[in-house]
Amino acid sequence: MTARKLLRAGFGHNWTMLNVSGLACSRGERRLFTDVGFSLDPGEWLHVQGENGAGKTSLMRLLVGLSPADAGEIRWRDEPTPSAEFRRDLIYLGHHAAVKEDLTPLENLLLAAALDGVGLDEGTALAALVRLGLRGREDLPVRVLSAGQKRRVLLARLLTRPALIWVLDEAFNALDVAAVRQLGDLIAEHLAAGGMAVLTSHQPLPVPGGKTLVL
Amino acid sequence: MRQSIIQWFRFASPQSFYPLAGRMIPWFWAAAIIFGIGGLWISFFVAPTDAQQGEGYRIIFVHVPASWMSMFIYLVMAFWAGLGLALNTRVSGMMAQALAPTGALMAALSLWTGALWGKPMWGAWWVWDARLTSELILFFLYLGFMALQAAIDDPRRADKAGAILALVGVVNIPIIYFSVKWWNTLHQGSTINLNKAPSMAQTMLWGMLLMALAFWMYSIAVALMRVRAIILERERHTEWVKHAVE
Amino acid sequence: MNAFLATVRRDLLLALRRKSEVLTAVFFFVIVTSLFPLGIGPEPVLLKKIAPGILWVAALLATLLGLPRLFSADHVDGTLEQMALSPSPLGLLVAGKILAHWLLCGLPLVLLAPVLGLQFDLDASTLGILTLALLLGTPLLSLIGAIGAALTLGVRGGGVLLALLVLPLYIPALIFGAGAVEAHSAGLGAGGHLSLLAAMLALAGFFAPWATTAALRVALE
Repeated sequence: MTARKLLRAGFGHNWTMLNVSGLACSRGERRLFTDVGFSLDPGEWLHVQGENGAGKTSLMRLLVGLSPADAGEIRWRDEPTPSAEFRRDLIYLGHHAAVKEDLTPLENLLLAAALDGVGLDEGTALAALVRLGLRGREDLPVRVLSAGQKRRVLLARLLTRPALIWVLDEAFNALDVAAVRQLGDLIAEHLAAGGMAVLTSHQPLPVPGGKTLVL
Repeated sequence: MRQSIIQWFRFASPQSFYPLAGRMIPWFWAAAIIFGIGGLWISFFVAPTDAQQGEGYRIIFVHVPASWMSMFIYLVMAFWAGLGLALNTRVSGMMAQALAPTGALMAALSLWTGALWGKPMWGAWWVWDARLTSELILFFLYLGFMALQAAIDDPRRADKAGAILALVGVVNIPIIYFSVKWWNTLHQGSTINLNKAPSMAQTMLWGMLLMALAFWMYSIAVALMRVRAIILERERHTEWVKHAVE
Repeated sequence: MNAFLATVRRDLLLALRRKSEVLTAVFFFVIVTSLFPLGIGPEPVLLKKIAPGILWVAALLATLLGLPRLFSADHVDGTLEQMALSPSPLGLLVAGKILAHWLLCGLPLVLLAPVLGLQFDLDASTLGILTLALLLGTPLLSLIGAIGAALTLGVRGGGVLLALLVLPLYIPALIFGAGAVEAHSAGLGAGGHLSLLAAMLALAGFFAPWATTAALRVALE
């Protein structure tokens, strides 16, 4: 698997891959959380829990480097983030569809890979779409797909873009039973190959093990 | 060395800057009033009547310092903005925000007095003189900065966006000034130019200098007052503000 | 570099699927330039004199029309977030988007300008200078405009604010662009104006993507 290949770059180290400490965040005048810390090593995953408005999404955006933290530190491979290395190793899927409505699922995958500077051939992209149950939909504009199908187009990026750490914000929303199971399998495979994941969700997740962080 | 840097940075926090600014404000106001009275006295009673322009020329004692200030405040604003972006100090952004209205006021004052001066001199309220046109564009830049800051709800984001705009503006101001000057010489040839005013008498220079100092002190005093208001508004949920207001 | 070209290709492909958006700006350009003679009167000498100014102001406004869309679509659907987190440098992707914007909104104006110039009875050599000035000036408009578009991204009343921020910064381009044509008509030679336009383009080409990237990161926070 791809995660294993990426992992080899940091083999033989004695630090944890992802180390977060003392993180604090406020929105306007409201303190969302203070002193949040956790660490992940290959094969581990973290389930971020909390009520609506507790700051799960804010934590995710902080973690990937979209917004700055009030305090605290995030280290990846023992380097402070955001680093070029972290961005290469990271895949983040947020609330947004992050797909272009006027393009087909296949075009979306190929162009996203090209923008990321990652090589992707059409066969691999097609296989990823088929695995996520979009067989026969690859040449329709995304506009005509259902919300769940759009979500699957986005999730197909997990298969086409090699990454070591997956940060998925509410990734299980809008998915039917079969797709939830498929995504669970994908994450399990990723972890088994030495990958890491940070997930938010209200429901129990169909992924075994994992650390828990309650905001 | 290290000690002095830490001392310096202490005032970068709103909490310690607030009382410091409060102590400085009366002094700047007093200086502004003293320089203002001296400057006005010289400009109205001491400076001789101009042979060509009569009494009307006395408006330059307001016009020229206002123009200087409008340009200088933009530079100071961009300096604070850049400092805020580079060092992430909160007071810097607040200073930039506090300076903008004063800068816009100076630009407006310069335009208004320019028009008042232009009517008897050129026979028109507005001529497309290179300096007046540049001043007008500078006024637009101030308005843009203030409008952008007002449109963004999150103050931190507003500070950063404003800072980028101020820096882009400061790179552009020389280019704009130069281009307007080029355009002006190409189109108008020879008109009466503000910088071609007849050589100034010594007393006129003193009057101008005192007025410029008065404008300086006024701008600093008003900017400090405004920055105090901004600090209170942004930090209203903190403990120290609750103490300070009581 | 591949990521840069991929961004250009992507934005062109997207525009191809929504042709109407590109055509609006072009039609706007045509209509605005055609309105001036109606407002001023058909006197050929006067029209010939003000033609470069009219065409340049119309080009300015037409460019402005397409600017709010430059980043907003990508912002709304979340693809901008993905770009910001992409392993490719964001500045490169932003530069690609600006180039695509120029190809879609600037280049058509350059190509149309000689035709519209005929409405104002400009001769062949003047048309040539006008087109050349626009060729150098419209990328400059796209570059400066991108900074404004990024600063006003997701802001209330962004479109009007964008005009307020960007139009003062367009003044040097307008002066030297329209000035080039006038200088040529006056027999002074347009070389100086055109070199200054080119110098400003080089400066903006270097700084604008960088400032735009910084503004986008702020907007995404």
